[in-house]
Amino acid sequence: MSESIEEAGGTGPSHRGVELGVAGVIALLALIGIYGSLKNGVGWASDGPQAGFFPFYVCLIILVSCAVNIAQVLMAARDERVFAYWSQLGQVGSVLLPTIIYVLVISYSGIYVASGVLIAFFMRWFGRYSWLMAIAVGVLVPVLCFFMFEIWFLVPLPKGPLENMLGY
Amino acid sequence: MLEDIGNLFHGFAVVAQPFNLALMVLGIVLGVIVGVLPGLGGANGIAILLPLTFSMSPTSAIIMLSCIYWGALFGGAITSILFNIPGEPWSVATTFDGYPMAQKGQAGEALTAAFTSSFVGALFAVIVITLVAPLVASFALEFGPPEIFSVYFLAFCSFVGLSKEPPFKTVASMMLGFALGAVGLDQMTGQLRMTFGFPQMLNGFDFLIAVIGLFGIGEILLTMEEGLSFRGNAAKLNMKVVLHTWAQLPKYWLLSLRSCLIGCWMGISPAGATPASFMSYGIAKRISKRGHLFGTGEIEGVVAPETAAHAAGTSALLPMLSLGVPGSPTAAVLLGGLLIWGLQPGPLLFTEQKDFVWGLIASMYMGNVVGLIIVLTCVPLFAAILRIPFSVIAPIILVFCAIGAFTVHNNTFDVVMMVVFGVAGYFLKKTNYPLAPLVLAIVLGDKAEEGFRQSLLASQGSLSIFWSTPLVATIMALGLIALFWPLIQNTFVKMRASMSGLKPAQ
Repeated sequence: MSESIEEAGGTGPSHRGVELGVAGVIALLALIGIYGSLKNGVGWASDGPQAGFFPFYVCLIILVSCAVNIAQVLMAARDERVFAYWSQLGQVGSVLLPTIIYVLVISYSGIYVASGVLIAFFMRWFGRYSWLMAIAVGVLVPVLCFFMFEIWFLVPLPKGPLENMLGY
Repeated sequence: MLEDIGNLFHGFAVVAQPFNLALMVLGIVLGVIVGVLPGLGGANGIAILLPLTFSMSPTSAIIMLSCIYWGALFGGAITSILFNIPGEPWSVATTFDGYPMAQKGQAGEALTAAFTSSFVGALFAVIVITLVAPLVASFALEFGPPEIFSVYFLAFCSFVGLSKEPPFKTVASMMLGFALGAVGLDQMTGQLRMTFGFPQMLNGFDFLIAVIGLFGIGEILLTMEEGLSFRGNAAKLNMKVVLHTWAQLPKYWLLSLRSCLIGCWMGISPAGATPASFMSYGIAKRISKRGHLFGTGEIEGVVAPETAAHAAGTSALLPMLSLGVPGSPTAAVLLGGLLIWGLQPGPLLFTEQKDFVWGLIASMYMGNVVGLIIVLTCVPLFAAILRIPFSVIAPIILVFCAIGAFTVHNNTFDVVMMVVFGVAGYFLKKTNYPLAPLVLAIVLGDKAEEGFRQSLLASQGSLSIFWSTPLVATIMALGLIALFWPLIQNTFVKMRASMSGLKPAQ
């Protein structure tokens, strides 16, 4: 995964490396699956196939196809393609990181407050909007969501201290 | 047959209730918006909006959700033609000629042609569904576990054979779906599987979370990487252009018919709308007299992929309704909806839930008519949505994805899983692993496994049960043919080549 390649316009991890990494991760999941199925039993019980029977063979097929995929990557001629430039990966990371923080915060702050902060942050950081505009949209969207879900369609969403304070 | 027509008219009566009509319009407008926005597509759009329907009757709910689907199918064409950005994977082929047409100042013609041919494709597929689905369903009522498993087998084999991705990647991603679907409580023995003591894993992985993560979050990450800048052509559609284009379209009836057939075939076998649109475009390019001009803004190059994509997208509901096997991720989400509303998908629907089935079929007819009118009249409005910068749209889509993921089980852990699926989706998509088989395998895993195990139980563990009756054997054989289709095709081409090579020698 760590090999990087230079290409016109920037550098980045090689496509080949990522390809191997993805196949490796899938194979690892398959191994975990096989371990789990073996614990359930993969044979034949008095009432038919045991619980691990089906997933066991499914995971075996995954392992085989991962082996083929890895072999195909290794056998192909080395190409110099990059997976993505570091600058592009940086863009992806700059969306992913706030998103991860957002979903982790939801269970503590409720979804409305977290969403408002996420929207305002995004608009201010990436869109370079004025604070006023960012906060306005950041307040408006959650409020609209609140009416749409909690009041009109009667779907309860996670609420935090702020909503409790307001009596919901 | 006559009874079916009576049922259909009853369905129209159900759909024509004002509440249902309002839901239909709402669904189509939401659907077009979903189709226009990057990062939201038919599958995850419906998955996110599913909770809105929890308090409705199943018939009203399916009308709204299926209309979101039609809307999304229409919406994809708008961005392809005006902005050269396919809002949906199945509208990629529409950009080839649609965008050049728009650049030549024929955006109105291109849009009218796209919408009209979408409508024709969908209408053709709905007629096929009306005629064929009840027959298939009554036939499938006789199915036992081996037959049921063989149908799943056929569906999944067609994925491997017809997919344009490398076959072993398709297999890996499909089997990964089966493995994820197996996590949690085992339906047959009541044992816990692969939970490794984590209480969050007890319920397993819900495919709706996977859909929202893989298609929604994954797509946003991809869009972010590409650094989208929207620069589009102005959308002007007036009645004169529409009528002028309509006058031209009947010339292409043969092209339309061929595209309809390709679409229906690809939609029913779960290859889906995307390959159907490419295939139809490719064949049209080869056959048409103006084929060498394709890619420079030919109206035929818009008609062919759009007709096929809609025919495929619509006919994907045929196996979902009659067999309980969805033909596309979006159909799978609709099937998930059925389960949530307490309906059992499959052949029994046609006998036990007449109102529901025929309401849905009637709403397909009406939804496409209403959809055509809405998109023809409101294109500039929808195109304006794309002018909202991504820095505003992206967080709002993220928020809606999170809300959608949470409401599936009222569980915040699911929202975290959604992001995990999103990251996985980003990497899988960039390394050419197809996502649709993964999603369908999560949905159908339980059922396929149940069919498989019950069959084995009946045969005391011998696989020969899948060859025991002519029906099962035929379906299994079709599955194997589908699985090895690329190989069969290759040998066929080689044989023909060597035959023609031999002839001059004689």
